[in-house]
Amino acid sequence: MSSQIESHDDVNDGKTPVRTGDADGLPETREHDPFADPGLPAHKPRIQDLDERAAKRSERVVTLLFTVSMLATVGFILSYALIPIDAITYIWPFGNVSPLNFSLGMTLGLALFCIGAGAVHWSRTLMSDEESAQERHPIEATPAVKAAVMEDFRKGTEESGIGFGRRKMIRNSMFGALALVPLSGIVLLRDLGPSPEGGAPLRRTMWEEGTLIINENTGQPLRPEDMVVGSLVQAMPEGLDLHDHHFHEEIAKAAVMLVRLEPEDIKDQQSADWGHEGILCYSKICTHIGCPATLYEQQTHHALCPCHQSTFDLSDGARVLFGPAGHALPQLRITVNEDGYLAAMGDFEEPPGPSFWERG
Amino acid sequence: MSTTTNPPKRETRSGAPAGEKVADWADGRLGVYTVAKSNMRKIFPDHWSFLLGEICLYAFVILLLTGVYLTLFFVPSMAEIEYEGSYIPMQGVLMSEAYASTLNISFDVRGGLLMREIHHWSALLFVVGIFFHMMRVFFTGAFRKPREINWLFGFALLVLAILTGLTGYSLPDDLLSGVGIRFMEGAILSVPVVGTWLQMLVFGGEFPGSLIIPRFFVAHVLLLPGLMLGLLVAHLLLVVYHKHTHFAGPGRTNDNVVGMPLFPVYMAKAGGFFFLVFGVIAMIAATTSINPVWVLGPYRPDQISTNAQPDWYLGFSEGLVRMMPGWEMVIPGGYTLNLGLLVPLIVFPLVFAVIALYPFFEGWVTKDKREHHIAERPRNAPTRTAVGVAWLSWYFVALVAGGNDIWAIHFDLSINAITWWTRISFFVLPVIVFIITRRICLGLQRRDREKVLHGRETGIIKRLPHGEFIEVHEPLSAEKRYALTAHDQPRPAELGPSVDENGVPRKVGPLERLRVRINRGYYGPSGQIPKPTAEEYREITSGHGHH
Repeated sequence: MSSQIESHDDVNDGKTPVRTGDADGLPETREHDPFADPGLPAHKPRIQDLDERAAKRSERVVTLLFTVSMLATVGFILSYALIPIDAITYIWPFGNVSPLNFSLGMTLGLALFCIGAGAVHWSRTLMSDEESAQERHPIEATPAVKAAVMEDFRKGTEESGIGFGRRKMIRNSMFGALALVPLSGIVLLRDLGPSPEGGAPLRRTMWEEGTLIINENTGQPLRPEDMVVGSLVQAMPEGLDLHDHHFHEEIAKAAVMLVRLEPEDIKDQQSADWGHEGILCYSKICTHIGCPATLYEQQTHHALCPCHQSTFDLSDGARVLFGPAGHALPQLRITVNEDGYLAAMGDFEEPPGPSFWERG
Repeated sequence: MSTTTNPPKRETRSGAPAGEKVADWADGRLGVYTVAKSNMRKIFPDHWSFLLGEICLYAFVILLLTGVYLTLFFVPSMAEIEYEGSYIPMQGVLMSEAYASTLNISFDVRGGLLMREIHHWSALLFVVGIFFHMMRVFFTGAFRKPREINWLFGFALLVLAILTGLTGYSLPDDLLSGVGIRFMEGAILSVPVVGTWLQMLVFGGEFPGSLIIPRFFVAHVLLLPGLMLGLLVAHLLLVVYHKHTHFAGPGRTNDNVVGMPLFPVYMAKAGGFFFLVFGVIAMIAATTSINPVWVLGPYRPDQISTNAQPDWYLGFSEGLVRMMPGWEMVIPGGYTLNLGLLVPLIVFPLVFAVIALYPFFEGWVTKDKREHHIAERPRNAPTRTAVGVAWLSWYFVALVAGGNDIWAIHFDLSINAITWWTRISFFVLPVIVFIITRRICLGLQRRDREKVLHGRETGIIKRLPHGEFIEVHEPLSAEKRYALTAHDQPRPAELGPSVDENGVPRKVGPLERLRVRINRGYYGPSGQIPKPTAEEYREITSGHGHH
């Protein structure tokens, strides 16, 4: 055996089968074609194949791995039973972590890993590693088989009368029936949701003439003097409560942000007119896909959407400066009511949020 | 006089072990011996890259196991409740039952957090595995006849895996996943003509409504995994039926498969590998937190956190959306066309279709109708390899765009500059990468040719008696020589004479002209370096074989 543990580079002793594609396959083929297939190299025995002590060592390693796995499973059960779920422990280098989660994961991981490592080590060191070849067979059927199938098919169609124009009416009406029957399933999907009414619900928000503007942080109606120049306040319409059934649907359209600018910094006259003493109220729902676009840069008056980085210039009618948004943030016309509170002068003039087909 | 011939009755040996008796019983009902005869010692070839597909399979099994566990606790409902669990910062906060039950799994179910993390890590690994597995199949040409259909099955599995991931990470209804759903709403709204209808039907009313999570849930736990399971079984059956490809080498031809038998070696190796994968994921989950939904809070449409990123496999679509300029137009009739979203929505599937349909494209270009069971070395198919790497660079650009905020923060770059870089690179980079990759492949082919003809450089410099220095080359072994020259080098296609044998002008359609042109790019002088011929080899080895 040991005489075979030499480089297989020069195995040409006739012991290995020469499996060349050439028809002659004689030993001198190599002389004719230096690139001929030399055939499968001879099997190189491993140390475990030659030395029983090495094989024993491998056996012990595999057994050890399986034993460690068993111990790890016991560890898992103990961790589950003993470690409180709310404990927090410092574990280097992970920091303060849940010791329950940590030990459950590590013991489970170890139990599984050791089974895998044991099985792989077993197969690599102790099971035979002799390679063998299996022939492939062409997938395509032989002409005889194909002819037989075609004949069977012809017989079948003839017996059913489906082909050759004999029972065309049956065939066509069957296709018709099969084509129509799925329609029932499609019709059933109609009530998945209500009609979009040409986008009407997307245009309408809770803002009406006189609706007070509620500061999200304080829950109180905003007054002009609550806002200093350079500040931004997140707000929502009066009458909207977190516990309302439709809170999410309403806030998804009605959420606004107010900024206060120096009136001379406002570049767009209409925008200035729609505000109050430099206080401008914009929809904060990005016109791209609807994230709240509220990363505000005080010095430049830019508002950035953290989702796709659309940037709006709040001093210039919230027009789009950069990014994938297609149009400006809608502005809400505001005024001050007789009690000195900021209030809307009506709903948005254009629908807030992402655009849609009927938006116009 | 019955003519029925009964098969010879098999005697179960009286002293047979119990296992054999059970097998006999099963064989009488299921024919297990016949199945085992053809499969038990089935040969599987060995190569590290063949493990990539196995990783996907195992990740899928782990996903099913942990996923079933999670459904025992998860409540797929958007009904608002006040949180009363043990996570103090959220106590008293109004949130959906979906989010509350996710917190409950994380803080009140022992091992629940671990299962959530194993589930999420496996999902990431699953899609990573699919990508790498597909790269292996693509770059070795293992998609060629007869495996094109299995390539499509695999591709469908990738698409389904991405959809399952999307519906899965949307379920906890935390601030981040809610933003993902909002994104979906915006994307659906941008569909021309039927966008608002689709939005209303998908969400059951206005965004967000109270139906989207239950609907995603059923897709995530039943519909999509069911489809995947079916496709997966078909995928594996075809692997068994076609037999695995192997790399060319001594004794390894297109007509055989060389390796080790399923039983016992592959059962032990592949079975063991499942436990290795599971074990490693469990340890990752134990030590590395993923998607800590409790820090984000419940979803509210008017709130957002920064660094909002989808899971990595959707970074590509995210990037397309981020790099697209905000083009929007009102077309005659007063309808809005939101190209800023529509274009990425169309480009996204198209980019994927390129890779799905590539095998059919190559089959059309090469007109190669033979069965291929030898995995090609990527260098020996330079044009295909270049297409693949160019596609990856395309993907990479969009991935960078998808994380442009993160790149901007970590590398202290302008986000606008990064976005502009991605906009330009999306068109330019794949072309550059294509050219470079092809050149590298050709260079490697030249090196192989050199090695076959002149042998391996030993690094030994020898001084001859008359003072000349030569570098000693060692001739390659017959095995290596065969492995380096076993690949086919098809001849480039020709347009053929402009007149047929009777002198009648032949009509060659523009499509055929195009095909021949592309084919020459694959197999012409710019597409492959001729491998050494026996004459060249003999001339060189007999000429100055004194090295």
